[in-house]
Amino acid sequence: MNKMPAVSKGDGMRGLAVFISDIRNCKSKEAEIKRINKELANIRSKFKGDKALDGYSKKKYVCKLLFIFLLGHDIDFGHMEAVNLLSSNKYTEKQIGYLFISVLVNSNSDLIRLINNAIKNDLASRNPTFMNLALHCIANVGSREMAEAFASEIPRILVAGDTMDCVKQSAALCLLRLNRTSPDLVPMGEWTARVVHLLNDQHLGVVTSATSLITTLAQKSPDNFKTSISLAIARLSRIVTSTSIDLQDYTYYFVAAPWLSVKLLRLLQCYPPPEDTALRSRLTECLETILNKAQEPPKSKKVQHSNAKNAVLFEAISLIIHHDSEPTLLVRACNQLGQFLQHRETNLRYLALESMCTLASSEFSHEAVKTHIDTVINALKTERDVSVRQRAVDLLYAMCDRSNAKQIVVEMLSYLETADYSIREEIVLKVAILAEKYAVDYTWYVDTILNLIRIAGDYVSEEVWYRVIQIVINRDDVQGYAAKTVFEALQAPACHENLVKVGGYILGEFGNLIAGDSRSSPLVQFNLLHSKFHLCSVPTQALLLSAYIKFINLFPEVKATIQEVLRSDSQLRNADVELQQRAVEYLRLSCIASTDILATVFEEMPPFPERESSILAKLKRKKGPGNLPDIDARRNVNGNTEHSEKPEPANKSSFALLADLLPTNRPRPASASPIMLSTATLGSTPPITALLNLNSPPSTGASLLVDVFPESSCLTAPEVSEENFFRFVCKNNGVIYENQLLQIGLKSEYRQNLGRIYVFYGNKTSTQFLSFTSSVTSPDSLKTQLIVHAKTVDPIIEGGAQVQQILNIECVSDFTDAPVLNVQFRYGGTLQNIAVKLPVMLNKFFQPTEMTSQDFFQRWKQLGAPQQEVQKIFKAKHPMDTDVTKAKILGFGVTLLERVDPNPENFVGAGVIHSKNSQVGCLLRLEPNTQAQMYRLTLRTSRDSVSQRLCELLSEQF
Amino acid sequence: MQFMLLFSRQGKLRLQKWYVPLSDKERKKISRDLVQTILARKPKMCSFLEWRDLKIVYKRYASLYFCCAVEDQDNELITLEIIHRYVELLDKYFGSVCELDIIFNFEKAYFILDEFLLGGEAQETSKKNVLKAIEQADLLQEVSMLSSIDGFSWLF
Repeated sequence: MNKMPAVSKGDGMRGLAVFISDIRNCKSKEAEIKRINKELANIRSKFKGDKALDGYSKKKYVCKLLFIFLLGHDIDFGHMEAVNLLSSNKYTEKQIGYLFISVLVNSNSDLIRLINNAIKNDLASRNPTFMNLALHCIANVGSREMAEAFASEIPRILVAGDTMDCVKQSAALCLLRLNRTSPDLVPMGEWTARVVHLLNDQHLGVVTSATSLITTLAQKSPDNFKTSISLAIARLSRIVTSTSIDLQDYTYYFVAAPWLSVKLLRLLQCYPPPEDTALRSRLTECLETILNKAQEPPKSKKVQHSNAKNAVLFEAISLIIHHDSEPTLLVRACNQLGQFLQHRETNLRYLALESMCTLASSEFSHEAVKTHIDTVINALKTERDVSVRQRAVDLLYAMCDRSNAKQIVVEMLSYLETADYSIREEIVLKVAILAEKYAVDYTWYVDTILNLIRIAGDYVSEEVWYRVIQIVINRDDVQGYAAKTVFEALQAPACHENLVKVGGYILGEFGNLIAGDSRSSPLVQFNLLHSKFHLCSVPTQALLLSAYIKFINLFPEVKATIQEVLRSDSQLRNADVELQQRAVEYLRLSCIASTDILATVFEEMPPFPERESSILAKLKRKKGPGNLPDIDARRNVNGNTEHSEKPEPANKSSFALLADLLPTNRPRPASASPIMLSTATLGSTPPITALLNLNSPPSTGASLLVDVFPESSCLTAPEVSEENFFRFVCKNNGVIYENQLLQIGLKSEYRQNLGRIYVFYGNKTSTQFLSFTSSVTSPDSLKTQLIVHAKTVDPIIEGGAQVQQILNIECVSDFTDAPVLNVQFRYGGTLQNIAVKLPVMLNKFFQPTEMTSQDFFQRWKQLGAPQQEVQKIFKAKHPMDTDVTKAKILGFGVTLLERVDPNPENFVGAGVIHSKNSQVGCLLRLEPNTQAQMYRLTLRTSRDSVSQRLCELLSEQF
Repeated sequence: MQFMLLFSRQGKLRLQKWYVPLSDKERKKISRDLVQTILARKPKMCSFLEWRDLKIVYKRYASLYFCCAVEDQDNELITLEIIHRYVELLDKYFGSVCELDIIFNFEKAYFILDEFLLGGEAQETSKKNVLKAIEQADLLQEVSMLSSIDGFSWLF
């Protein structure tokens, strides 16, 4: 090894070397501090002393101070002496002065002026070494004051014809730093065009620096630097494709100018693929050459060779992915990365996983990436380094789609069992998102989330379990299953508190769906929940108390038992105020409120507004914007994004879920319905009204939603939205319509031939809706059969607000059509026109009828005329779950007659349709065939049109 | 690049270079956290890790860890070779560099780094050119300063 001049070592500053040795010999932190304090006192006295210090001493002491500072101690003096060194005419003194200033930045304004003055002199010195010291200092400090002073001077130095190459290099990067810290102070101008031409410079060091600068500038104003594209491609081509060119010292372990190549490829990522075909093919040629070289045998066994070569390769792949336009290159890139997935170098496996993550989001390579699923799953199981496993999780998440979701979720769940604590929460979030996004049937979703809680309960954040409750509430096809599943999960002797929360909530809302089975009778459900009570934290106990009062409403038979529990000292005298208050109020409510009032107060939760999962928002927050492969944004071959199939628009802003879910965060009973606020049919017993007034309608959370919506087009004759119509056949409440601006929710009540619908219009934006009107129209034929009277609504809906409209309905005779709700308003100057088919169906006017088996069959035979019976055989669209089916038949409005049909698998029901003109008796029978996954539905009524319509409505539900 | 840290196996910081404005307190916290994170990693592990919203690239040379924090878009492998080139420069300058060289001549380590990297970007990747610049600076130390007289024309 060729030694440099000995002078470089220590440089005569023996005092410094002695001091450093002393520090190193200190046996303890205390001794070190003592030695440092002694030295600081010494230096302070020297600086303050009468005797003027010579340059050498000043340099030595400043250097000692710097050393002390770098050890981690505070330095509050010596700046002035360092500034003095800047104007020394001895190079080494100047150099130490600059180093001190660079490291101990101090925005003391007096000093900054002095420092800037010294820098100015050095920049004007025309001495390249001094100029560079000054430029390095500006680049290192990068403060606004320096930008103000030098941002216009440095471009001049950079492009001046007589500036030395090494100064140009420093000037370019100095400007880059100032542009990063104070872009507003760096003026664009005539120099920018000349900077671009530095890409042609003969000196590769100048090109390297200039490329970094141009990239930074082009990221901010790409249009100003478009000319760099062709120059960069030409330069890259010369480096990559020519074998003869001698790059001398810029060749690094047999790789030609790897740093410059990477930078040029990076610069090109500021732009789309070049439009000029010649240029484009030249670039493609470069990229192909880089890909080809990856297959060539290595020219050296040194890791530096392969690292440099692969650095260029990975950057080329980044560019290919960025352009996302050449399928052949994308697939080649994917194959290359596939090879790296099995490479013996951990670094390459890591990078391949990382890079494939972005490839997975291209339509051209998504399928190619998916072929590596087994390798990636294997990496998840066998990689010894957690950061590599993390990449594997990311990639599985990115490559997930409908075709492989189940497999990926299973693998992630099994990995979760042994995953490092540091990444568990993230995996939980990812699994929860995938399970929701790709759920074809929601039973799988419910199972997955319960598994998450079982495996990693501690890492299941509120967002995740709130979300599962939201989804269960919004999807009636899964409610029975969810109730059954949580009931079973709660049987485990030790279950996670999060499960108790989900269980308490779901059984409180939907426990009735499984109460028919004696093994999960109301009392069994209650005892099961209550057995967990004493193990839970206060918020969970509060939630359980809410579940208990809901039980009293759902199951009058357990009222006494629950009242007993509420009345016990441990509740009524609970040390926690919240729990005590709930116990007192719930007990009182259960004693004085009639069944009807209880039923209204504790009516099922209305559906939540559909929106972006807050879990996704959480994951984005966790990962930072750039790091999360956006699975929502994946383009499919049709050019649509996959999320367009989903009910949730993807780009809504995220907002706190806490606003609209859950008793633990809201003062009192969770599911009191919004109607109660307005219709207050209750007696004025103070505790109850006080209680109810604390509730707010659930969708007020939407007021937090602030977003930039695209200009909505005004439709003069809007299409009638029927999308959710059939979801309301067996239920009365929910969201009937939603777009980016508006949400329309319904709550309906029917008695005999009369009905009332409360329509809730929620303004999801932060802007007022003006000239708001809504009316109901009916096709002519319907007008005589069904009378709908709509009350008027306020013409203004404030941003984030919700208004209510009441519709009164009378059924005159049986009918088939449905009325249409027409909504108009102005939003941001545009007229919005929305039409929604109102879910007022014939079955809403059912009154259930009890009858014995004998009666049933007698009437069944009486209604045997061919036109009276309508039968339909159809395939099951949802899992064939007995409890869910029962719930649906009940929701349809008829009585479910037990032990009537000789085959216990079958369901029979009876009811009477009430209209003003007539009453039509109706019998129904539903025969499931689980093997064939088919149903046969038979309806017999005295009127053929009624049989026909009821069959149409009900057969859509299974 | 956002910053570069050199630290020993005992967790002692030997060099710190920050290319983004951060308060002294933040710098200390980052150094402490990162040194701990990296020292806890096993030898054969990958040289890259995600840390906060940054990518960390690190490599151990004898008793010293060299650690760079780069942004999401930056190239990990080329950063690894930045580290290696810097080590080569130190090695060539000090002659078989060891931790002690960097402790006792810390200012030189900073000067060499400034010639190689500026504003977090590679300024001059040619080993010869960087060493030539340092050599010339060292020569200046020995000569009494005549700058005001002849403008240093003799140097180049």
